[in-house]
Amino acid sequence: MLDIKNLHVTVDGKEILKGIDLQIAPGEVHAVMGPNGSGKSTLAYVLSGREGYVVTEGQVLYQGRDLLGLETEERAAEGIFLAFQYPVEIPGVANTTFLKEALNAVRRHRGEDELDAMQFLKLMRAKVKQLGISDELLKRSVNVGFSGGEKKRNEMLQMAVLEPRLAVLDETDSGLDIDALKTVADGVNALRGSERALLIITHYQRLLSYIVPDKVHVLAHGRIVRSGGKELALELEEKGYSEFAPEAA
Amino acid sequence: MTAAPAQRFVEQFRARKAALPGAALPWLAERREAGIGRFAELGLPTPRVESWKYTSLRPLEKLAFATPNGEAVSVDRLPSLLPAGAGEHRLVFVNGHFRADLSALGNLPDGARLGSLAALLESDPEFLAENLGRLGDACEQPLLALNAALMDDGLVLHLGRGVDWTTPIEVIHIAAAVERPLAYHPRNLILLEPGSHAVLIEHHVSLGVGVSFANTASEVVLGEGAVLHHYKMQAEGPEAFHFATLHGEIGRNAHYDAFGMSLGARLSRNEISLRLAGEGAGCHLNGAYMIRGQQHCDNTTVIEHLVPNTSCREVFKGVLDDQSRAVFQGRIVVRPGAQKSDGHQLSKAMLLSERAEIDAKPELEIYADDVKCSHGATAGDLDHNALFYLRSRGLPERRARNLLVEAFLSEAVEAISAEDLCPAFLASIADWLSTRHAGDRS
Repeated sequence: MLDIKNLHVTVDGKEILKGIDLQIAPGEVHAVMGPNGSGKSTLAYVLSGREGYVVTEGQVLYQGRDLLGLETEERAAEGIFLAFQYPVEIPGVANTTFLKEALNAVRRHRGEDELDAMQFLKLMRAKVKQLGISDELLKRSVNVGFSGGEKKRNEMLQMAVLEPRLAVLDETDSGLDIDALKTVADGVNALRGSERALLIITHYQRLLSYIVPDKVHVLAHGRIVRSGGKELALELEEKGYSEFAPEAA
Repeated sequence: MTAAPAQRFVEQFRARKAALPGAALPWLAERREAGIGRFAELGLPTPRVESWKYTSLRPLEKLAFATPNGEAVSVDRLPSLLPAGAGEHRLVFVNGHFRADLSALGNLPDGARLGSLAALLESDPEFLAENLGRLGDACEQPLLALNAALMDDGLVLHLGRGVDWTTPIEVIHIAAAVERPLAYHPRNLILLEPGSHAVLIEHHVSLGVGVSFANTASEVVLGEGAVLHHYKMQAEGPEAFHFATLHGEIGRNAHYDAFGMSLGARLSRNEISLRLAGEGAGCHLNGAYMIRGQQHCDNTTVIEHLVPNTSCREVFKGVLDDQSRAVFQGRIVVRPGAQKSDGHQLSKAMLLSERAEIDAKPELEIYADDVKCSHGATAGDLDHNALFYLRSRGLPERRARNLLVEAFLSEAVEAISAEDLCPAFLASIADWLSTRHAGDRS
């Protein structure tokens, strides 16, 4: 599904990712863990095509196609979803309007009929119930005045509505209490399936107790320095990231 | 520099004064003479005058304007901001002149008077002698002085004590192109006696492409407890010059609620002066604008708190594209003794092009010590984080940009209290965006 080869990325002229190799097959859940400043969010942003993240070397194939040549919205329409670490507030745009626009944009791209207001409403009712989100949040402006937990739930709602093939969760667990964490995990687990893949970016192990990964990678200083099974996360929780401190020059 | 163009208006006045409405009324003739005299002294405003620092009338000076000459203009279709069937009271002015044949005054409530100034100068000059020209200082405002001299027609709305007129009154001003550039000087008088209530909609459009110079002056007097909702849509053509000077006096517990949308004209200026003259008086003075190309849009306002316990809320929001330029000059003055004045003012501009410019000059002038006043001005590009967020959910870039612009402006529109009007104002935003050139900011 996703094949990252020797990926080098610079931001403001500074090299952040220094040769990443990562393969994710359909149905798999991978976790990328690492200390702050290791390049985790850069990896998430470059996969979603954010401006300012310059690929200087390497390649990313998504479903066998060159991902890096696609615009952000094309990637979304092709099934890539980024759950933001800091979901953005958009005053004046109602959450439902936003979701409907997004869903219909993606459906158009896929050659499917757009949903009308009634069909959309029906879909929303079902998803909202699943995720334990109050109707009130749908009427409000996107993320405006939402608590940290509500923002993350809103990300999960968007993910549930857009049904991506590859979801990238960037520190989705940060700032969440245990209930919100479970909701997020439920949302993610509901989406797991043989057709989809997940990339979970996190600093801590605790989300991985609820979303059990198939593989865990340690990212440090722009490189994947170790890969292993789910037990690697527990080991990191115990020992911390100190062993991945910068090598002496 | 300004002598020549100003002189042309003076000469025009000399030639036309005998034919102007109410020419036989000595009091009016006297005021017209005073107006032209003052205008001749002041000339057209130049950037040397502080309040005209950011708005140049240079393009106007190059043109020789004729006066509308009763040209037969046929109007096939009248635009309306109201949903079909909601417009019971409609007045149409073409090039500043009332057109009874296009208007439908409908059934007026008892105690209400609605009609054309020129007609009223014939039928009830005493009323006008007493009430016209009470507000505003033509000694300071050249365009108001010019209007005082050349005022030819306009709207008169007079509500007697307690008249509660809830159905909206729509006034459509059509600038109809003829071969020559036209100048006209409408004067509106809106007088609400204590306890009365009205909803007034002004809709300014152009018919055909031609140069027009509308120099409008309005006087609004609200008696105790009176409420006026005043909405304005200025959607004139790309060759229009639109100047609207408004003076309002708001009495005890009266409320003036205004919203204006400017999207037309090559050069437009709303110059609004409101006096909160009775305790408990309040105003909402809000506006929005969307401009592009070489358009220039100026909103200059002065709100004076004269007595204790008055309040004002003022929000202007605008979107600028291409090389357009906007000016916001907002002054809130709290006079000595006007304690517990409560005033808030905000100007927000969104610049979609690096060549667009906003000059925002918020000013507070406070001479009382127990007041709550604030002001703010922001100018910026689209929020890039929001844009990325929308695109990351699949919205095409153009749609994402438009959605953000719409969101920015619709906040201003949705605050208006006449729900009937929201769709038309929101539609104007959508129209404007859909006709934006595809080459977005590079």
